[in-house]
Amino acid sequence: MTNSLKKKFFNDINFTILIGLLIAAIVLSAIFLPGGMFSAANIKSMAFQIPEFGFLALAMMLSNLIGGIDLSIISAANTIAIFTAFVLNGTWLPALPEEARIPAGLVVAILTALIFGVFNGLLISKTSAPSLIASLGTMILFQGIGMALTGGVSIGNIAFEFTDFGKAEWAGIPLIFWLFLGAAILLALLLEKTAFGRKFYLYGENKVAARFSGINNEKVCIATFVMTALLAGIAGLIVLSRVNSAKVGYGSSYLLQTIIVCVIGGISPNGGKGRVRGVFIAIVLMQLMSSAFTMLSLSPYTKKLIWGVVLILVLSLNHWIRNLNDSIKKEK
Amino acid sequence: MEPILNVKNITKAFSGVRVLKNVSLTVNRGEIHCLVGENGCGKSTLVKCVSGVYTPDEGEIVLNGQRFTKLTTQQAIQNGVQVIYQDMSLFRHMSVAENIAIEKIRAKGARLINWKDVAGIAAEQTRKINVKIDLEKEIFECPIAIRQLTAICRALAHDAKILVMDEPTTALTKNEVSQLLTIVQELKSQGMSIIFISHKLDEVFSVADVITVIRNGEKIGDYNRAEINEKRLSELMTGREIDYPRYRRDFTENTPLLEVKGLSRKGHFNDISFTLRKGDIVGMIGLLGSGRSEIAMSLFGLNPIDSGEIFVSGEKVSIAAPQDAKRRGIALLPEDRFREGLFTDLKIKENVSSTVIDEISPRGCLDFSEEDRLAEKCIETFKVRAPSRETVVRSLSGGNQQKIVIGKWVETKPNIFIMDSPTVGIDIGSKAEIYEQIHNFAKNGMAFLLISDEVEEILANCNRVLILEKGRIKTILEAQDLRQPDAKKLILEEIGSRDLQPDTEPSTK
Repeated sequence: MTNSLKKKFFNDINFTILIGLLIAAIVLSAIFLPGGMFSAANIKSMAFQIPEFGFLALAMMLSNLIGGIDLSIISAANTIAIFTAFVLNGTWLPALPEEARIPAGLVVAILTALIFGVFNGLLISKTSAPSLIASLGTMILFQGIGMALTGGVSIGNIAFEFTDFGKAEWAGIPLIFWLFLGAAILLALLLEKTAFGRKFYLYGENKVAARFSGINNEKVCIATFVMTALLAGIAGLIVLSRVNSAKVGYGSSYLLQTIIVCVIGGISPNGGKGRVRGVFIAIVLMQLMSSAFTMLSLSPYTKKLIWGVVLILVLSLNHWIRNLNDSIKKEK
Repeated sequence: MEPILNVKNITKAFSGVRVLKNVSLTVNRGEIHCLVGENGCGKSTLVKCVSGVYTPDEGEIVLNGQRFTKLTTQQAIQNGVQVIYQDMSLFRHMSVAENIAIEKIRAKGARLINWKDVAGIAAEQTRKINVKIDLEKEIFECPIAIRQLTAICRALAHDAKILVMDEPTTALTKNEVSQLLTIVQELKSQGMSIIFISHKLDEVFSVADVITVIRNGEKIGDYNRAEINEKRLSELMTGREIDYPRYRRDFTENTPLLEVKGLSRKGHFNDISFTLRKGDIVGMIGLLGSGRSEIAMSLFGLNPIDSGEIFVSGEKVSIAAPQDAKRRGIALLPEDRFREGLFTDLKIKENVSSTVIDEISPRGCLDFSEEDRLAEKCIETFKVRAPSRETVVRSLSGGNQQKIVIGKWVETKPNIFIMDSPTVGIDIGSKAEIYEQIHNFAKNGMAFLLISDEVEEILANCNRVLILEKGRIKTILEAQDLRQPDAKKLILEEIGSRDLQPDTEPSTK
């Protein structure tokens, strides 16, 4: 291997492994599921499924990158969707003309997400509560708000124009996938190229040193949780648009999966390490495997088992290659 | 009789930096062996090799006649090596008795804890050293001295044959120190070998049988107590008659850059007033717990003050957060560079730019070439020895790390630079380079508040010294006082009233 290639290979071991796994998954499914996996219909169906989970995973990634966790993303997504659904079906603001419902719904969604995010951020930065505990509290709180408003039934009957969005395509690819791709790229640029992104990474790496460097930790923390809530809100709207209704408890199984995807994507739960591109690949990989399992008619229980295996596999490969890398360095 | 411990020619390097070079050490049974040397000379590394925490790259360790090239911690413990580190590694929320007995009980393989055994084991150990401790008290309620005794008893419960004490007296009062030294003598008379690490020479001379001097990772020699005196020992430790160039302030302009009036913070410091003028290097010295680091933290917005006023360039300011301090041109080099000063897993360039992110981000986007330029400038100015600006800070030596912390603050172009213990654990070469830079910046008008434990450091750099005691300024020495030949002695006497030292642990009741 040439030196620079070697450097690239070892520099981001996790990413290298991920690309390897993705290629392996593509090759294996091409061999064992010819026709099925890479048919146009299946690719499109995967592209429809990725965004809602993808946005949640990006939200989880942000909270992980600052060394925390946001357990409230799913309930925030659902409650934001419920608020929006109430506006879209005219239960709230009935005086609004129908064509104004969608913009009004979006405004409500954004405001709700901002409030949820700022609340989480303030709670965590002001009380120095561990985000695990704080977001467990807000998870139940947001869920409770949704529950109190809906009594647990789904809120549907929303404007058709809005449900069309979830089904729309551009250049043969779902609009929501374009949206996700755009958001991922924007987020990557924000985190890696801007002043805010640098402070965000420094804060995640070592909060004490960040404070001692004159970085406004509170601001960074609040901004992070606002972004988390916004991403969760987008996921909520996508679900709302795709299934034509909002309900407490949609997608609750996603929570652990987002954590798994982040770990596989190379995000250190201790904060400061990991990049958007890793999580992006991990999301695609998960979807690919998910589709493959479905085609192989595996039971949901078997799927869970395989997720566990993949997670452990990635962690061990990481450890093994890092050791190998260290021993190479020592020999020099 | 053969020695109980024989370290033969060990060498240890960390990422290419040789911390121990071909060091040998022989400890006999029933001997108090003092290991002396300056901070960062390799004493602690040597101890960690003996206790199996580090594996030496070369050389071997003979314990009780058994040879080891790769000693593990378990093997070290089985052979009676017990180390009391500075932090003592006790369980804070367990009682003294539990802390003493738990390892022994665990080693016996007991599945259930018999509380009578716990009390018995603990009482037996305290009898060995002839002290009375309240065994029921939880550790976090106990003062440092009691924690120390607990750690000693725990080692005894382990059938220690070699007891290593790493700077055990740092936080003790004078009476406690003499009690500890008596215990050390008592243990020796029971046949225990003791390796006593200290840089306080009076303590070393009062207990040592043999003194080994280490400097820059090399052994300088073994000396019997009788054949050496304090002055000679100090020369051996530092390798020369200490002779840093002294700083002289030559500004005529006396308007204060920083003026502090009646600063108080309950439990930490009281009625602190001083001024920093252009080109001043004001030293602040005092015992642990005298409030010196707390004052620095408050000036930097990390600890709110209860009362008092701060003026920066004549303007009254309130500093509620580090970003306020930074905006006012105040920089802080924190006491704990590893935790507070550096992002140790990040590259040099990312550390250097961490204080000026907004300044190098026109329209919010990071200018990476500007970041590279700053890093190169820092490496050049401070003579940082590192392969490149991409090097991860963790792999640098202490001195080079500290230069990065200074460099990252110099980028903010401060007028006032507060330095808390800037050269702790740093090799002499880097130390001299850091002093030189401090002098240069001061000559260009920067004002420094230099907190230090080392009188030599104060004398070499400061043109005024504040001596603190129990959170108050006790004495102020001016430039002419510091130029007197007996200045060192004077300062030591002023800070030396150890018996008056307040309890450094906040009371938890």
